[in-house]
Amino acid sequence: MDLNFTQEYEDFRAEVRGFLDSNKGNAPSRSDRSVRSKKRLAWQKVLLEHGYAARTHPKQYGGYGAEPDALKARIIAEEFARAGVPGGIAGQGINMLVPTLLELGSDEQKEKYIKPTLSGQMVWCQGYSEPGAGSDLASLRTAAVVDGDDFVINGQKIWTSTAQFADMMFCLVRTEPDAPKHQGISYILIDMKTPGIEVRPLMTMTGFAEFNEVFFTDVRVPVTSIVGQRGEGWMVANATLTHERGMLGDPDAALGRLRSIAEIMKKEHIDGKPLIDDAVYRDRLVRLQAEAQAMKMNGMRLTTLASEKKSSGMAGLLVKLQGCELNHQMAELAIDVMGEYGMLYEDSPFARDKGMWQTHYMFDLGMIIGGGSAQIQKNIISERGLGMPREPKPAPGTFKAN
Amino acid sequence: MYFGLSEDQLMLQDSVGRYLEGASELEEVRRFVDGEGALAETLHKGLEELGVPFVLLPEAQGGLGMGVLEAALISETLGRHVSPSAFTAAYGMAVIGLREAGDEDWLSQIASGSARMGVGLTEAIGGRDDAGLIVSGDTVSGRASFVMGADGATHFLLTTGDQLVVVERGAKGVSETELTTIDRTRTLLTLDLDNAAASKVAGNNHAQAQRKMIDAGRVLLAADSLGAAAMMLEKAVEYSKDRDQFNRPIASFQAVKHMCAEMAAKLEPCRSMIWYAAYAQDHVPEEASLMACLAKSHMQEVGKFVARTATEVHGGMGFTDLLGLHYWFKRIGANRQLLGGPEKLRAEAAELQGWVG
Repeated sequence: MDLNFTQEYEDFRAEVRGFLDSNKGNAPSRSDRSVRSKKRLAWQKVLLEHGYAARTHPKQYGGYGAEPDALKARIIAEEFARAGVPGGIAGQGINMLVPTLLELGSDEQKEKYIKPTLSGQMVWCQGYSEPGAGSDLASLRTAAVVDGDDFVINGQKIWTSTAQFADMMFCLVRTEPDAPKHQGISYILIDMKTPGIEVRPLMTMTGFAEFNEVFFTDVRVPVTSIVGQRGEGWMVANATLTHERGMLGDPDAALGRLRSIAEIMKKEHIDGKPLIDDAVYRDRLVRLQAEAQAMKMNGMRLTTLASEKKSSGMAGLLVKLQGCELNHQMAELAIDVMGEYGMLYEDSPFARDKGMWQTHYMFDLGMIIGGGSAQIQKNIISERGLGMPREPKPAPGTFKAN
Repeated sequence: MYFGLSEDQLMLQDSVGRYLEGASELEEVRRFVDGEGALAETLHKGLEELGVPFVLLPEAQGGLGMGVLEAALISETLGRHVSPSAFTAAYGMAVIGLREAGDEDWLSQIASGSARMGVGLTEAIGGRDDAGLIVSGDTVSGRASFVMGADGATHFLLTTGDQLVVVERGAKGVSETELTTIDRTRTLLTLDLDNAAASKVAGNNHAQAQRKMIDAGRVLLAADSLGAAAMMLEKAVEYSKDRDQFNRPIASFQAVKHMCAEMAAKLEPCRSMIWYAAYAQDHVPEEASLMACLAKSHMQEVGKFVARTATEVHGGMGFTDLLGLHYWFKRIGANRQLLGGPEKLRAEAAELQGWVG
């Protein structure tokens, strides 16, 4: 254990701070989430030039070309958070598509897509889930049939965030209907302006449409849009899932949320006494603090494992399950301590923080369900982490719906 | 920045682990609990050869001069093998207290093996009406409850509130009552003192010495529970792979897999947290007390969950004495109550952060 950084890293930290001091005036606000904002795109350009975005991507495709270094990545994240400045654009295009193309894309695809994606000019959405293919993603049915030089696509995707803004979609489709389910899938890139694509917002319990449904009716895309070979889409998609799981969250984020709940409890008074004086709520607060602290330390261990290029093992497998649950419970506490005020929402008079904690509470439940539900996470932890066997597959037709 | 164990630390834990795997087998622990054999003493001698009692002793007294992190790795391993041992109190808390107070005489005696100290600090954490010690001249009277580390103790290091004193075991006016706790792998005593001869520990800053003893003791108990809980999880996974029902191993049922996944997901972050809390004792003094409270309270919540869930995975067999799983269950249960339960620790943590009106 040594929590000090060596001189090389302290120098790097000073460099990042120096950059932020002289440039943060040009940064967009952290709440600016609009993917087309000029300010965000200009900021992305500055970050790319200095190696604070796409740091390890090859120079020839617009990245910075640095060696992967988990400690430097962490220092960048820490210093940006400290300065209250947003980091680089982190959409599914940069996080998932670009690593896939770098590994499995054709030279032409790399040339055409990576640079504009890294610069934020080209926005992507992910077309994986379908109404009938959630946890069992490989049973997806959106069909792509070859007709001349084109695939003709018919079907439907769901849970497609940013589809309403996206230029392009990376999509899983069934091209070999007679092959076993995992071997009949292809990974294709679709221009969202192609005729026959309809995007409908999907309203959720939060009252916002955080997701979309995307409908395909005789959508024609050239057969050259495929990444990898026909029928290899499952393998191609799993290459990106590895990258998704490889992403390290900010280990301090949960404690940050905890501190803001402590602030609420100091500020809010009932019968003239601050809520922080209430032993029951305080016990819940510290209980969650202990858990957030444990997750922070787990995150630091993951940073070290990544910097040593060692497997993250159980410490990595648990992050999604425990992290989402912890966030949900913190939002629950924030609502509970506010009493009646806890139910106020959106633009209600007297609402605290615009009812943000209710939004968190509901959205975090969505996070527990999405991106590999809690139950799927537990399967992964028990199978990959503990070496327990998979549930045997019943013969087709064993279960009949009533 | 390196968040993890060094090669030396891994080797230390590995050598203690390999020794206990053979010497502290469940059958031996059973015999000890049933009053046969002297496993605690056998293990003490075996661990002495590995240097375990000297880990925290300063090099000036012939010790190894290591930190609470190394001690925590030892505690974790002792918990893993439900080993009878006075380590937490005798070579963890007592040594830290005497080190902080600067009492070289007692440290030398501990190093030479002529003194081994049980520790009574219960009243410094939460006083009960019928307990507490009063000093009068060179003698001390009253009751010290839940004295830890009694196995093999020659002396007791006790709090009188603002002072630390040492009394000799078996001396005139020192009467002891052995307690029957759920965890019979370690002995706890209540001491009744009647004008017993007391020697004051050196130095004046006993409040600080007590603080450090309590913080380190909490971290070591948390580590002990971590080891015990990790072993229970391993046993549950192993059992579920061997046990067939409905023509398949119960490990293939999601109901069972999810119980095991929940245990693993909650337990693994405790490991990092305890490493840090232990490291903080020596390297981040401003966080030492807070991290000890957070680590022990959290570990005990997770420990309780693992103890009951791992037992459930074993089904009826988990409930019997045949598998002996209950030794781990009870070890975790006793650790939870010692030196402050979760609610008490969280109240202290809140106070340390000024979260109190």
